[in-house]
Amino acid sequence: MNSRRPGTYLLSGVRRLGSVTIFLVQLLIQCVPALGRPRLLVMQIYNAGARSLIIIMLSGLFVGMVLGLQGYDLLRRFGSEEALGTAAALGLLRELAPVITALLFAGRAGTALASEIGLMRATDQLTAMEVMAVDPLRYVAAPRFLGGVIAMPLLAAIFSVIGLYGAQLVGVQMMGVDRGVFWSQTQGSVDLHDVNEGLVKSLVFGIACSLIAVHEGYHAEPTAEGVGLATTRTVVASSVITLLLDYVITAAFL
Amino acid sequence: MTSTAATSTAPAGDVVVAVRDVHYAAGGRPIFAGLDLEVRRGRITAIMGPSGTGKTTLLRLITAQVAPSRGQVSVFGKDLSTFGRSEIYALRRRMGMLFQNGALLTDMDVFENVAFPVREHTDLPEPLVRLLVLTKLQAVGLRGAASLLPGELSGGMARRVALARAIVMDPEVLLYDEPFVGLDPISLGFILRLIKHMNQALGITSVVVSHDVQELATIADDSYLISEGKVAAAGTPAQLRASDSAAVRQFMTGSAEGPVPFHYPAPDYATQLLEADER
Repeated sequence: MNSRRPGTYLLSGVRRLGSVTIFLVQLLIQCVPALGRPRLLVMQIYNAGARSLIIIMLSGLFVGMVLGLQGYDLLRRFGSEEALGTAAALGLLRELAPVITALLFAGRAGTALASEIGLMRATDQLTAMEVMAVDPLRYVAAPRFLGGVIAMPLLAAIFSVIGLYGAQLVGVQMMGVDRGVFWSQTQGSVDLHDVNEGLVKSLVFGIACSLIAVHEGYHAEPTAEGVGLATTRTVVASSVITLLLDYVITAAFL
Repeated sequence: MTSTAATSTAPAGDVVVAVRDVHYAAGGRPIFAGLDLEVRRGRITAIMGPSGTGKTTLLRLITAQVAPSRGQVSVFGKDLSTFGRSEIYALRRRMGMLFQNGALLTDMDVFENVAFPVREHTDLPEPLVRLLVLTKLQAVGLRGAASLLPGELSGGMARRVALARAIVMDPEVLLYDEPFVGLDPISLGFILRLIKHMNQALGITSVVVSHDVQELATIADDSYLISEGKVAAAGTPAQLRASDSAAVRQFMTGSAEGPVPFHYPAPDYATQLLEADER
C-alpha cells in the first residue's frame, strides 16, 4: 500500500467522501424513526454528552483561566485591561468553546462510538440484527449520530460558561480587573450574532464529528486491527475537519 | 467428483430453499462456481465441507445478505434477486439464524437479548413478552441466567441464548452456522437433541452448516458435501459414507491422507528447508 501514487490517494479520498455522503443521507432517513424512540436517544445523549461533562468542564475552566491570564497581559500593554471581559466572552463563545469541545468530543465520545460500533461489527452483532430484520442503521447508527449532534451544542455552551468563569477567576480575582467592568463589558459586547456563530459552529461540528465516528465504526474491518484503525481515523479526520469547517464558518459569519 | 442430486424427487412445493447454479466470488476469490442444492420442508439438511469452502457464505446468500453474481437463490419459492429491501426484511422474519459466536447484543442482558426481536417486531404486552422469553430460555436451560450480561456467559451458554433468540419468533426455517464448534460434550449433546426436537416437534426446517461430520450424521436427513465451489456429493449421511468417491470418504472419515490436500500449496519441503539452511 506504501507504493501508491498520488492519483490513487486522490481517488480513494473522493470515494471516501462519496461513501460518507451516501451514509449521511441513509442516516438522515433513519433519524426520523429514531426520533420516535426516545429511550434509545436519551441513552445516547447520556453516553456522548453526560459522560463527556467532566473533561469538558475541566478543559473549559483551564482554557478560560489561560485566556484570562494571556488576555490580561496582552490588554495591559495597551492599557485596556477592562476589555478582558469582551475578549474572553467573544473568544470563548465564537471560537474556543465550539472548537475545543469538538476536539475533545472527537477524542472522548467519537472514539467510544467508533470502537463500540466497530466491535459490534466485528462480533457479528450488526449482522445478527440484519438477519433478525432489524435495520442496524436505524437501531444502532441513527440514535448514536443524533445523540452526538444534540450533545455537542450543549457541551459547547457549558464549556463557554465555565470558561468565562475561569477567565473571571484569573482576571478579576487574581489580576484585579474591576468586577463590574468585566461583567458589563461582557454583557455589552456579546450580541445574538455571536451566540449564533457559536451555536452554528457547534451544531456543524456535532454533525461532522458524529458522522465520522459512526461511519468509521460502521465500516470498520471486522478485526482488532480494523477497529483500532477506525478509532484512529475518527480522531484524525474529526480534528482536521473541525478546524477546516471552523475557518469556513468564521469567514461566513464575518 | 460426481454430483448426485438426491433431492430432485421432492415435490416442488416442498422445497423451501433452492440454490441453482450459483456463482459467487468474494474479494476476487471464487467461492461458488455452479452450486446447486435444495432444502426441503420439515427436514434437517446438513451442509458439510472443509473450512473455507463458503459454508457461511451460503447462509449469507440464503438470508439475502449477499447476492450471487450468477444463478438463482429462491426461498419459499421466490427468487431473492427480485426482492426489495422490505421484502427481504419480511422474508428474514420467517427465518432464524444461529451465529457461530452467538452474536448477542452486548449492551443488554440475556432476557432482553431474547426479547429483542419480539420487541422490535410486535407490540405484545409486557407479560406476554415475559412469558415468551422465559419459555424459550427454559427450553435451552438458561432461565436462571436471564439477568446475566453476555460478557458473563461461557461460549456454549452464549450460543444457547442465541438459539433461544433465534426461535423466539417461531421461525419456519432455522439456519445454524457451525453450532457444535467448541462445545463441551454435554452442551453438544444438548444442542444436537434440541435441533432434532425443534425439527420434529415444531416442524422447523433446519439447515445446519458444519464440519463436524460425526455429530451431523446422527441428526441430518439430507446432507450435502461442498468442495471447490460445487456440491461434491449429496444424499443421506449413510450414503455419503458409502460413497465410491475417495475424496468424499476421506472427508467423512476425517483422514489427512487422500485426494483432498491437507497442506496449503507450498514448494518442496526438503528444498525449502535446505534453502533456509544456506541463508
